[in-house]
Amino acid sequence: MPNHNTARYTAEEEYPDLEKHANHMAHCLTKEIYKKMRAVQTPSGFTIDNAIQTGVDNPGHPFIMTVGCVAGDEESYETFADLFDPVIEARHNGYKKSDMHKTDIDPDHLKGGENLDPKYVLSSRVRTGRSIRGLCLPPHCSRAERRKVEQISCEGKNHNHRGANYTLQRFKPCSYRQPSVTALAKLDGELKGNYYSLKGMTDKQQDQLIEDHFLFDKPVSPLLLASGMARDWPDARGIWHNDKKNFLVWINEEDHLRVISMEKGGNMNAVFKRWCTGLQLVEKHMKESGYEYMWNPHLGYILTCPSNLGTGVRAGVHLKIPKLSQQPKFDEILKKLRLQKRGTGGVDTASTDGTFDISNADRLGFSEVELVQMVIDGVEFMIDLEKKLEKGESIEAEVDGLKQK
Amino acid sequence: MFSKKVGVAVAAASSAALWYKTREQHVAGARLPPTRELKYPPGADFPDLKNHHNIMKNHLTPGCYAKLRDVTTPNGFTLDQCIQTGVDNQGHPFIKIVGLTACDEESYETFKDLFYPVIKERHNGYDPEVDTHPIDLNPAHIKGGKLDEKYVLSSRVRTGRAIRGLPHPPVCSRAERREVENIAIAAFQGLSSDLSGQYYSLKTMSEADQDKLIEDHFLFDKPVSPLLTSAGMARDWPDARGIFHNDEKNFLVWVNEEDHLRLISMEKGGDMKSVFARFCKGVNQIEKVVGEIGWEFQKSENLGYILTCPSNCGNGLRCGVHVKLPLLSKDKRFNDILDKLRLQKRGTGGVDTAAVGGTFDISNLDRLGKSEVQLVQEVIDGVNLLVEMEKRLEKRGSIDRLMPK
Repeated sequence: MPNHNTARYTAEEEYPDLEKHANHMAHCLTKEIYKKMRAVQTPSGFTIDNAIQTGVDNPGHPFIMTVGCVAGDEESYETFADLFDPVIEARHNGYKKSDMHKTDIDPDHLKGGENLDPKYVLSSRVRTGRSIRGLCLPPHCSRAERRKVEQISCEGKNHNHRGANYTLQRFKPCSYRQPSVTALAKLDGELKGNYYSLKGMTDKQQDQLIEDHFLFDKPVSPLLLASGMARDWPDARGIWHNDKKNFLVWINEEDHLRVISMEKGGNMNAVFKRWCTGLQLVEKHMKESGYEYMWNPHLGYILTCPSNLGTGVRAGVHLKIPKLSQQPKFDEILKKLRLQKRGTGGVDTASTDGTFDISNADRLGFSEVELVQMVIDGVEFMIDLEKKLEKGESIEAEVDGLKQK
Repeated sequence: MFSKKVGVAVAAASSAALWYKTREQHVAGARLPPTRELKYPPGADFPDLKNHHNIMKNHLTPGCYAKLRDVTTPNGFTLDQCIQTGVDNQGHPFIKIVGLTACDEESYETFKDLFYPVIKERHNGYDPEVDTHPIDLNPAHIKGGKLDEKYVLSSRVRTGRAIRGLPHPPVCSRAERREVENIAIAAFQGLSSDLSGQYYSLKTMSEADQDKLIEDHFLFDKPVSPLLTSAGMARDWPDARGIFHNDEKNFLVWVNEEDHLRLISMEKGGDMKSVFARFCKGVNQIEKVVGEIGWEFQKSENLGYILTCPSNCGNGLRCGVHVKLPLLSKDKRFNDILDKLRLQKRGTGGVDTAAVGGTFDISNLDRLGKSEVQLVQEVIDGVNLLVEMEKRLEKRGSIDRLMPK
């Protein structure tokens, strides 16, 4: 990453051209803020130029308002608060510097969601991210730090990537030598599973993972590439999943960990319950090894992208609503329900056949339970509308009567 | 001498800051070195290159990496930055790529333990430790040079130049890149008679200009090759990128693409002598004007002209033709013939394409260790021989006696 050049050039000369840009960073990064941020860097050497590169290189996204800046480490949010605070405020509904975030991962607090109509709800999924305190984030981490994330969370026995033998002997924190200590390896019962390093997996394993829709690929989105997250691919990247194939963890993709619970059909409640259980067990095991997640009372869980701060939760379903989605007020309905639509291929795709990925729009300022509840309630509401439209009935009354959540 | 236009501009600006910096002003401040300390031992950061095929991998031993990981060039750049493209791109056993980029002029020296053996392998054993590189930009030294236009469709000579004191495209900051553009614009205004023309900034050019440049096959696009993007060359696109071409449209300069400057002379047909003469005139004039405004090109006795990619060191010269060889190219010995003539074939779409309809881009293989005149002569002589062989095959004769030794 380039170093800042404060002695040779003024902030004015370095300031990016953001005239054609439409992302949160471009809207918040004034010349004065840039000048001030240029003078500092985080303890690990992450600079403001590093943070904003993705937003400079990508003026805008056709379907969503992108953030345009990333954190390289936990301290980024403090060191560059002059940029991140207004970005967070804009992205998270006016969330203020003085606000506190609430965490609630008690599945007993969730009402309903056991049987969303499977004729419309094809699958249910909850994901979040977690970062390991003390290690730099994907845009900035060194190869050794990335490998450490892998080692802390997963089994050690799939590791065969150390270049030369002699380095192994010298570099040996004791937890590395005992694979059983690593966090995910300690999960048992219905969560018991295995780690598949992207580098070491066989063709057969790869095919199976693709078939299960588990495998993540090297990022192709320019938003991710520009921030440096694909460096050294596929070193220290991998997938852990349980034998039942409904709980999985991505290692070192866009965040240190992405923790995902999913299944076919509409039992969002079970999905959420399993997710809460797994998440808490992994944290417990990690703490036993002396590690913890990045978290603070103001921003909640700290992740690479400011849009994922707080809960980092995206709870969603694949929903078949060909009629409702054609309605002129569809987007307005989603907005009132605090939901977001995507194509079933993910954030960079559009829907092709009336099936949408519907998930919560918020991350920060609401608890996990609150967000999943909004998805459950909103999806049920939309299924009712779809059924009405199928019968040729009007949905005007329901739509007009819908209040902004 | 400067044209009147520049003289006026300079006079008007003398009371305020010059719109381009002089070298003295530029070096007055130093680039800050990074304060990042990689907390793990070098062995833990050593890249996994087991499945890689590139020249960098052949020479980056753990010992070499351990020695150089924490060293920086005077501008603060690291070995990791230089090798990133080679780590990110596994390469292919049949295609020899370098896998290394120079962050600045000093990278070659600071990291010579890696750069020198890579150069040696890439440039037929040329040893920067002891060899000196010859420069000859005098077109009078060329013998012949009018190629058979029934076969040779077009002729082209290109090279690159880098401005001393400014880092290369993989890592330069926005201000540094803009500095290169300012220097280039000043240099263009010093071009006269058949070389005078206009500069088009990629950022501000009109749609009409853009269409025209595409039609002329002059416009270069944002790089998509992962070899270039993972090295960081597409950052801040299209800031400070642009194209200059003369009114006759046979001399053009790319600014801030893969190198600071790429200078190109081309025309339809086979008059390579004329193409090279114009090339030398343009290159020499630009170098002269750059000197007059207080800057110079990166150059050394052992490495010749210094560019971003070690494969382009020396003269950075690619002299080539588009030539029709439908019969010869089907001969089993075609590749061997080219090799003996020190020539390389590509598709007419450029380095990543294949030939269409028997028309090839044929150019010199070598760069370092031979002068410009030598290389252009080799291409002229080589293409003459290839055309003769094609003619012989047309008459159903044998080319056995024409085979190069």
